[in-house]
Amino acid sequence: MIPAQFDYISAKSIDEAVTLLAKHKDDAKLLAGGHSLLPAMKLRLMQPKVLIDISRIKDLNYIREDKGQIRIGAMTTHFQIESSELLRRVCPLLRETASHLGDVQVRNRGTIGGSIAHADPAADWPAAILALDAEIIVAGGKGQRSIKADQFFEEMFKTALQPSEIVREIAFATPKGPGQAYLKFRHPASGFAVVGVAVSLSRDGSGKCQSAGVGITGVSPTPYRAKAVEDALKGSNLDTKSLSAAASHATGKIEVNSDLFASAEYRKHLAEVYTRRALEMAVSRTK
Amino acid sequence: MAEKLVGQRLKRTEDPRLIKGLAHYVDDIRLPDTLHAVFVRSIYAHARIKSVDVSAASKAPGVVAVYTGKDVSQKIGPVPCAAALPDLKVPDHRVLATSKVYFVGHPIAVVVAHDKYAAKDAADLIQVDYEELPVALDEEKAAQGGPVIHEQFGTNISYKLTAGEGDIEAALKSADKVIKQRILHRRLAPIAMEGRGVLARYYPGEQELTLWTSTQIPHLARTQVALMLGIPENKLRLIAPEVGGGFGSKLNVYAEEALLGWIAMQTGKPIKWIEGRRENIQATIHGRGQTGYIEIGFKKDGTITGFRYNVFADMGAYHQLLTPAIPTLTGLMLSGCYKIPAIQINVTGVFTNKMSTDAYRGAGRPEATFVIERAMDLVAADLGMDVVELRRKNFPAPSEFPFKTATGLFYDSGNYEGALKKALDMASYSKLREEQKQARKEGRLMGVGVSTYVEICAIGPSAATPAGGWESATVRVEPTGKVTILTGCSPHGQGEETSFAQIAADELGVDVNDVAVIHGDTAIVQYGIGTFGSRGLAVGGSAVYLALQKVKEKANKIAAHLLECDAQKVSFKDGKFSCSGKDGKQVTIQEVALTAYVAKNIPPDMEPGLAAIHFFEPKNFTFPFGTHIAVVELDRETGEIHFKRYVAVDDCGNVINPMLVDGQVQGGIVQSLGQALYEEVVYDEQGQLVSGTFMDYALPKASMVPWLELDRTETPTNVNPMGVKGVGEAGTIGATPAIVAAIVDALAPYGVRHIDMPIKPEHIWRIINQKKAGAA
Repeated sequence: MIPAQFDYISAKSIDEAVTLLAKHKDDAKLLAGGHSLLPAMKLRLMQPKVLIDISRIKDLNYIREDKGQIRIGAMTTHFQIESSELLRRVCPLLRETASHLGDVQVRNRGTIGGSIAHADPAADWPAAILALDAEIIVAGGKGQRSIKADQFFEEMFKTALQPSEIVREIAFATPKGPGQAYLKFRHPASGFAVVGVAVSLSRDGSGKCQSAGVGITGVSPTPYRAKAVEDALKGSNLDTKSLSAAASHATGKIEVNSDLFASAEYRKHLAEVYTRRALEMAVSRTK
Repeated sequence: MAEKLVGQRLKRTEDPRLIKGLAHYVDDIRLPDTLHAVFVRSIYAHARIKSVDVSAASKAPGVVAVYTGKDVSQKIGPVPCAAALPDLKVPDHRVLATSKVYFVGHPIAVVVAHDKYAAKDAADLIQVDYEELPVALDEEKAAQGGPVIHEQFGTNISYKLTAGEGDIEAALKSADKVIKQRILHRRLAPIAMEGRGVLARYYPGEQELTLWTSTQIPHLARTQVALMLGIPENKLRLIAPEVGGGFGSKLNVYAEEALLGWIAMQTGKPIKWIEGRRENIQATIHGRGQTGYIEIGFKKDGTITGFRYNVFADMGAYHQLLTPAIPTLTGLMLSGCYKIPAIQINVTGVFTNKMSTDAYRGAGRPEATFVIERAMDLVAADLGMDVVELRRKNFPAPSEFPFKTATGLFYDSGNYEGALKKALDMASYSKLREEQKQARKEGRLMGVGVSTYVEICAIGPSAATPAGGWESATVRVEPTGKVTILTGCSPHGQGEETSFAQIAADELGVDVNDVAVIHGDTAIVQYGIGTFGSRGLAVGGSAVYLALQKVKEKANKIAAHLLECDAQKVSFKDGKFSCSGKDGKQVTIQEVALTAYVAKNIPPDMEPGLAAIHFFEPKNFTFPFGTHIAVVELDRETGEIHFKRYVAVDDCGNVINPMLVDGQVQGGIVQSLGQALYEEVVYDEQGQLVSGTFMDYALPKASMVPWLELDRTETPTNVNPMGVKGVGEAGTIGATPAIVAAIVDALAPYGVRHIDMPIKPEHIWRIINQKKAGAA
């Protein structure tokens, strides 16, 4: 539990962070809340020579609604999201997801940007941002670009970020109603998701499903958007039978993880059950 | 009259410093110029060490010294094993591995540097050339053949032991039926909140070595470490400062303790080592680890005729302090709280390529309670009898105490029916069974598990323990009337600073805040044994109580002298002595104390001062008991386990501080819950430790613990003056079988009679799924 030597630089601005990252390249790691990075360093699984702390950059810490879009700065902590009055009103999914994340201490330090950039296959945020069809705005030497959530998570612990890029913001259209839910089967040791299912859906005037986003984490090497479930939901009347039918597509041909706690067979089954239950919960909240 | 403090829910005087982070654990003790040690540990479970190249590490910046097994193994004596069993094979356990490594985490070399970072950097430069060897991991298979760990023995069997009384063969033969079941007790990691840690300082002028170490047994550790280092015991001062939990894992003497002392003597500088959590899971002792086979014989009416337990006990690679003795405690407690005329245990202690097992909260008794309780449930299921009715049928009545078991014990006192009835009433047991019937009709899986247990505590009479089972206390009333208690029973979270002060405050009529309880420093406190085996209050507290009586006796004489009264006529109440017949004249305990030290006006021929020491030798163990009831409902779809109720009634005799008793019971139940549902030290087929961090080793979190409905019955013991029995391990002993029984009961419609721990949701899901077709 003794890390190797490293230098620490506290970046004052996004530009400075980008410049530092370009300068130190592979020797550097960005430090946000540090809740994944520091344990890995203490076990010497990671030995970066330079830590660039971006958690103090004020331009990266905000939650706002702007022209039908919700925008969340990458260094916004889990607790800020959990306690946001704005999000409670317009996107309770994020608040609910945050409440499942680690414990109070973790939520006070950890950040949404840090979590998604780390891309742990069992982290909670990816499920929610996939369900919300969010975009990840990233800043790099060549300016900003936007990556769709379902293009962002490439492999276990690997994202579409270029080496010199920083997650700047998570943005998504303001959801059309309260039909949201995050349901999680916690691993008894790590607290990470054995299965985590996020749902954001809405009904049209006749009560049929108008839009549906379903993000699933913990089940496969990368969190994914369950498109087959979404497709099955759209236009359905969201009754028990249609939810159950839709949930049966939770894993499809996805590669399913297996570990000491849950085999692939069991996890696949859990994914279906938890998807159905998350859908039921989200639907119940539309009423 | 002042209110008695004994029996009050007094908040712990220890709490403020612990909560505010002001306590001093080993790592909080900072000495100038301290060097730091980092260990290089084996990455293989079994290998020959071809070479250890320390050249780069020795030259690394900040490094003072690097030592390997070759450097130290002939200079420091072996790590001790205090268990004495017939024909016990004890491997030579050196502080660092020499030619072979026997488990992942086995220490090979130690780097000493100016700071821990330099030490760790250098440790990473050490090259160990291993020749991997085949491994022996499963205790049952390793007993029967395969790779031999300690070649000199030619076998992995460390010892075989048979115990018990009554003709077991005849008893099983005379039974209407015998049920057999294989039962696993997985390895558990004790996981004290504070890991181990050692700080050593040597003064060459005084030739005095001081060792701060996180231990439950400062005096025993001092004796053993002095022997290992070949230094006089009175030149080794061992201090257990604040100790952040132990659960038995610090009832031991570890290689690191002696090695750090030796390094301090070599370098002349203080040296510190603080165990990391990964090291803690790898190289601090584990608990449990038994593969057992039970046979229980019974009559059609439910009378138990005999019980046999054949067990392969996983020792790990070496014997730590009490490793081989733990299964003998299992043997002692196999009778549970039942009249069983014939009992036999056959233990095969087996070496494996894993860390040593040893005492973990309960230490052999949870295994006993688990197997007898599972056995009772198997019998009840077979007979179609209610589990409570079967238990009642086999209880000894209160009038049958002291009750002799076929394991050779005398249970001093007990009222098993009393605790059972109270728990059943609290749980509304018959209503629960009605509710269960209804649930089953609705296709819900509800289960009720009942465990009635008895444990062996207050360890114990010296005749029955390896190195003395007494405990010591000094009570001093200082010249200002403040009271100092020196207890040999050094606590590590039990709250004895509070409970011992409560006793003293009542006995001497002083304010509880005027009592200081000092422990853990062998230079200050008289020799003692330590805190383990639920003995702190029953043995250590009894020593305090009896030393207080001696002090009172002397104070009484001084008071008589001051009051010019016949000693027989002096009475003592609320801290004041008075003389019957001399109304109004009083002298306080504080005045008596001052008089004793000023020594101008004490009775002639009396020694000055007001202090007494007492070494208390208990006549017998104590046998606390109780009933635990767990009620669960299983999620049919996912196998998840939801607690509906948890009720426990424990009887630990008289109670000094109910809050401390509740805390002990709650903590114990939580650790039981861990064993039943979550915890397991897992080694893979190569002997790699795959549950080596908290990402995989699952401890129950607060959110995973059900609401605990606790109550007590109080059946005092007569083996000590306060009638107290001990409660430190009750929860870990009583709860595990109740939780497992509740789950098994919920799955009874699927024909399930037993499930091995830890019971994971997937396991339940598979049972439900596989048997769906055949189920009603």
